[in-house]
Amino acid sequence: MRLSSTREQHGSLAAAAPNAFYRPEVRQALYQVVLVICLGWLFWSIYRNASTNLASQNVSAGFAFLGRTAGFDISQTLIAYPASATFGDAILVGLVNTLVVSLIGIVLATLFGFLMGIARLSSNWLVAKIAAVYVEISRNVPLLLQLFVWYFAVLASLPAARNAVALPGNGYLSIRGLYLPKPVFESDFGFVLAALATGIAGTVAFARYANMRQLQTGHRLPVLWVGLGLIGVLPALAFLIAGRPMTFDDPKLQGFNFAGGMALQPEMVAMVLGLVFYTGGYIAEIVRAGIAGVGRGQKEAARALGLPTGTMMRLVVIPQAMRIIIPPLTSQFLNLTKNSSLGIAIAYPDLTHVLANTTLNQTNQPLEAIAILMGIYLTLSLATSLFMNWFNTRMALVER
Amino acid sequence: MAGAMTTPVARPEIGPPRSSVGVIGWARANLFSSVTNTVLTFLGLWLTFKILWGVIDWAFVTAMWNGPDGRYISGFHIWQLFTEPWAIRSGAPCRAEGTGACWPFIANKFPQFIYGRYPVDQRWRVDVALVLLVVGLVVLMVPRIPGKVWSAAFLFLVFPVIAFWLLSGGGLLGLPVVKTEVWGGLLVTLVVALVGLTGAFPVGVLLALGRRSKMPLFRWASVGFIELVRGVPLITILFMSSVMLPLFLPSGVTLDKLLRALIGVMMFQGAYMAETIRGGLQAVPRGQSEAADALGLSYPQKIGLIVLPQALKLVIPGIVNSFVGLFKDTSLVLIISLFDLLGIVQLNANADPAWSSPTTNMTGYVFAASVFWICCYGISRYSQMIERRLAAGETR
Repeated sequence: MRLSSTREQHGSLAAAAPNAFYRPEVRQALYQVVLVICLGWLFWSIYRNASTNLASQNVSAGFAFLGRTAGFDISQTLIAYPASATFGDAILVGLVNTLVVSLIGIVLATLFGFLMGIARLSSNWLVAKIAAVYVEISRNVPLLLQLFVWYFAVLASLPAARNAVALPGNGYLSIRGLYLPKPVFESDFGFVLAALATGIAGTVAFARYANMRQLQTGHRLPVLWVGLGLIGVLPALAFLIAGRPMTFDDPKLQGFNFAGGMALQPEMVAMVLGLVFYTGGYIAEIVRAGIAGVGRGQKEAARALGLPTGTMMRLVVIPQAMRIIIPPLTSQFLNLTKNSSLGIAIAYPDLTHVLANTTLNQTNQPLEAIAILMGIYLTLSLATSLFMNWFNTRMALVER
Repeated sequence: MAGAMTTPVARPEIGPPRSSVGVIGWARANLFSSVTNTVLTFLGLWLTFKILWGVIDWAFVTAMWNGPDGRYISGFHIWQLFTEPWAIRSGAPCRAEGTGACWPFIANKFPQFIYGRYPVDQRWRVDVALVLLVVGLVVLMVPRIPGKVWSAAFLFLVFPVIAFWLLSGGGLLGLPVVKTEVWGGLLVTLVVALVGLTGAFPVGVLLALGRRSKMPLFRWASVGFIELVRGVPLITILFMSSVMLPLFLPSGVTLDKLLRALIGVMMFQGAYMAETIRGGLQAVPRGQSEAADALGLSYPQKIGLIVLPQALKLVIPGIVNSFVGLFKDTSLVLIISLFDLLGIVQLNANADPAWSSPTTNMTGYVFAASVFWICCYGISRYSQMIERRLAAGETR
């Protein structure tokens, strides 16, 4: 009886207008309405100001400019970019350049970073100290400055093409960039690829069989050696049998520059060097923290079971360290991709350079150019983090 | 006879083998413990000597220094770097083949690297602001000095006002106005970094609270902003603030270029700081805010008196660490043609014909890199120290 009366009282209180504000739901709704009004006003005034300002500058808003012919040249085009290409095509060329430099950077920085991270944990005092010095230098100097050093100081002081530094394997490094032999595939190369595919499929099948056998009998088959044999020897045999269907087109000095081969421009080389040197330091720290983060007891248990160091690392330490390493590694990959936008400062024709510099200057469409730029980077970031989340779930601890 | 049997014979104490103690023992354990390690050690020694010798040769042996009467001398002359820098007018001698660092370039351009094109007779104002900053920072950062609340209040509330008045002039006492177009060098680097950090802090707190809010619209707005900003490079944000922002303002209202860059940096840093602070907010036990609710505290009281103080203590190392990133990122403002330390070094090293030589730009970069390195390394070491101090309560 009493309870219901309180409830009644409460209900009547809520109904009474002056006290409605004391109810959290009402208050929250009110705050959110205020937020919507404020944001709406902000966006509306931005829209109104922008359209007034653009109208006074005689700029027509819209994405029509993407279909117009872009009259400018791009110094590195990995996809077709004819003289009649549109601004849309130019943006695509820039995107490809961004993706290429990011991918190469990610692969090399991961390798280099892992190497340095493991070196930091080395029992060899000197090796560990060298790695530590590298990490402290690469992480505490701005990337832009590092790019300047590589591009304006190191690569610019290389000799001219006729005195180029010869690299092992017919590569040449000169002030004109890095020239590498270009693989030329003949039609029979398909056999080699088929052999490679067979080798990989065979290795996967053998690994499954070996796991099954190990579960049943406890004996482990030499998966590594069989796999190496299948993946390495099979394509090599196919290569020889098919009559060496791949040759190298070596760069040759002609006049003041090299002809033939595969040319990497100095901007590209500087970008890769800068991104790898900078990001490698961060990855090294992540790897070090990951390996150090595996509990001491795990290693001691592995030792107690009599596992040799290599097996202990491969089966006990690394799988657990990877779970610690992968999430921050993802954000380093994202950072590297985003940092490739610094190419604009050394004239590497990446997405930012094409959009925020050339396209912006030629079309005077700042809103659209920056919007496209941000949209593409957002998409890249989201795609990378989705992929790495998927990978992370695969690697995650399977608990009962 | 039996007594003789039981008498213990004192034997001389034998120490560990000589090869396992001291320098030799240490080297055996840490450098030559296996064949691989020995090979690695020799490779490492070769690399270290190669690099060290290269650095010493470049920076000292073949380097050019200020000599007496405006002449160049080479060798180890560090002490003469700043004697009569103005007597030397060009870097012509540095053009000789095989010359190392061109130090007179740094000595001559040093004032520009610090102040940019700030009027020479007004540079004392920058000096005063810098001294105030250093004093404030030392009082705040050295753990033994008491009165942290007051020094923080000075540094984050009083100092910005004084510094703004000192640097840009006008207002009280009629200091001559110095427009931001002539600011440059380390001055701009520090202004962008410090204003970026101070301005990003409230933005980050609000966004972090918004992201954890129970009200969906606040949460969505915060998440949208944070993820948008974190998903794009800082350059695009800077381009946005320098190219798009003027279009968004009513016609007639113009914002200073430096101010526009600062707004961009604050938005960018705010989004990152929001994530750092969110980590701290999540680490505060739920019972704390429930207790505040039970006491009948209002939301601002609960957040300001109970939750935030605990959360912020947890994220101080994180914030200091993110400051290292911000400090390095300030160099990006040169892309929207503001001349910070790196911008002004780059400008002088590559665009001043009087000083053009094969080694000028490397000398400039090494100088800029040393300044950045000292600052960033110092900050990160400080952050580690603070982390240890703050964690002292939790370690057993």
